[in-house]
Amino acid sequence: MKLRINGEWLTVPETIHTVGDLLSHFQLDQRVVIVEQNETILEKESRSEIKVQDGDIIEIVQFVGGG
Amino acid sequence: MNDRYSRQTLFSPIGEAGQKKIRDKHVLLLGAGALGTGNAEALVRAGVGRLTVIDRDYVEWSNLQRQQLYTERDAKDRLPKAIAAKQRLMEVNSEVRVDAYVMDANPVEMERLLNGVDLMMDATDNFDGRMMMNDLSQKYQIPWIYGACVSSYGISYTILPGETPCLNCLLDRVPIGGMTCDTAGIISPAVQMVMAHQTVEAMKILVEDWSAVRQKLVSFDLWQNQHTSINVSKMKNDSCPSCGENPVYPFLEYKQQMKTAVLCGRDSVQIRPPANREWSLEEVAKTLAKQEGHVEQNPYLVSFTTENRRMVLFKDGRALIHGTQDITEAKTLYHRYLG
Ligand SMILES: [Zn+2]
Repeated sequence: MKLRINGEWLTVPETIHTVGDLLSHFQLDQRVVIVEQNETILEKESRSEIKVQDGDIIEIVQFVGGG
Repeated sequence: MNDRYSRQTLFSPIGEAGQKKIRDKHVLLLGAGALGTGNAEALVRAGVGRLTVIDRDYVEWSNLQRQQLYTERDAKDRLPKAIAAKQRLMEVNSEVRVDAYVMDANPVEMERLLNGVDLMMDATDNFDGRMMMNDLSQKYQIPWIYGACVSSYGISYTILPGETPCLNCLLDRVPIGGMTCDTAGIISPAVQMVMAHQTVEAMKILVEDWSAVRQKLVSFDLWQNQHTSINVSKMKNDSCPSCGENPVYPFLEYKQQMKTAVLCGRDSVQIRPPANREWSLEEVAKTLAKQEGHVEQNPYLVSFTTENRRMVLFKDGRALIHGTQDITEAKTLYHRYLG
């Protein structure tokens, strides 16, 4: 499956079905993030159910503390 | 009148009128590390009227790779960052009033410094400071600009009270743990990119060009060649405790307890005593001189080295314990030497 993630087209493993899976894949599941799928911001609670599909445009922003 | 701002006033969204507005404005900068020194230099060169710089730390060698106002001399002297920054900023532009505060500002201290401030800039390295600034911004209706970076990644967002969501609206919880400069490092281009986003937003706010403000949460990874910006305006939450209809400003509550923090990238713990405890550095130095160890002193701090730990004490009662990330051990050392 190909997804455009943060502006780059990436091929992700077929084991990824949901947005939650995708966050785990990038080791972001324990982090504080905002996820947008095809220009819709997703509620945190729904990430584990919402499916990702080939061609989806995903934006992931992680809040970090350094400075 | 010299032409030091001529290239900036030629830029039509600023112009002569905008330049005058910039000169009439007062910016408060919380933190004088990587983002702080970058933003401070840019704003001072741009001719801001007044800049308040607050920082709790002092200059070390590991800062010089990216904290652009500091020199080897400052690291050798262990000069407090706010003081070293002010010295350099005055050389850069003597027309700007720069007020430097060596402190780990709590909400009460911040409130005293906020009078007449037009904009707050985030250059802290922790979320405690950011959540405090976020609540102060809402309470006093002052815009602030979030900025943060780690490794080759950075993020920024501009918060306009009464208009945009606040930082509390955007977070499902306050981030703790995760990547720090300690575990992941930081490269200077990531700092400069965040700083560029923050400074340009500051300029828009200072010249009151509100329609130009970005309104989007921006993030990037310079090494991975990624860039993202998300319109988060729908995330404004009417029941937000910081910016909602009945705000309680939860992060301004001052709890009477010793506060500790593990410092990003420093293998150090900061200890802050419960009340504001101004003490005589002379007395502290004298006491420590009797212990096994090596004491050094300048007008702002006392440094005490013993075994493989170093303790640095500031006039306001704070201590930095170097060589450990263990809060309990740090507190033990603090109490051992200072009661
Ligand atoms: Zn809010």
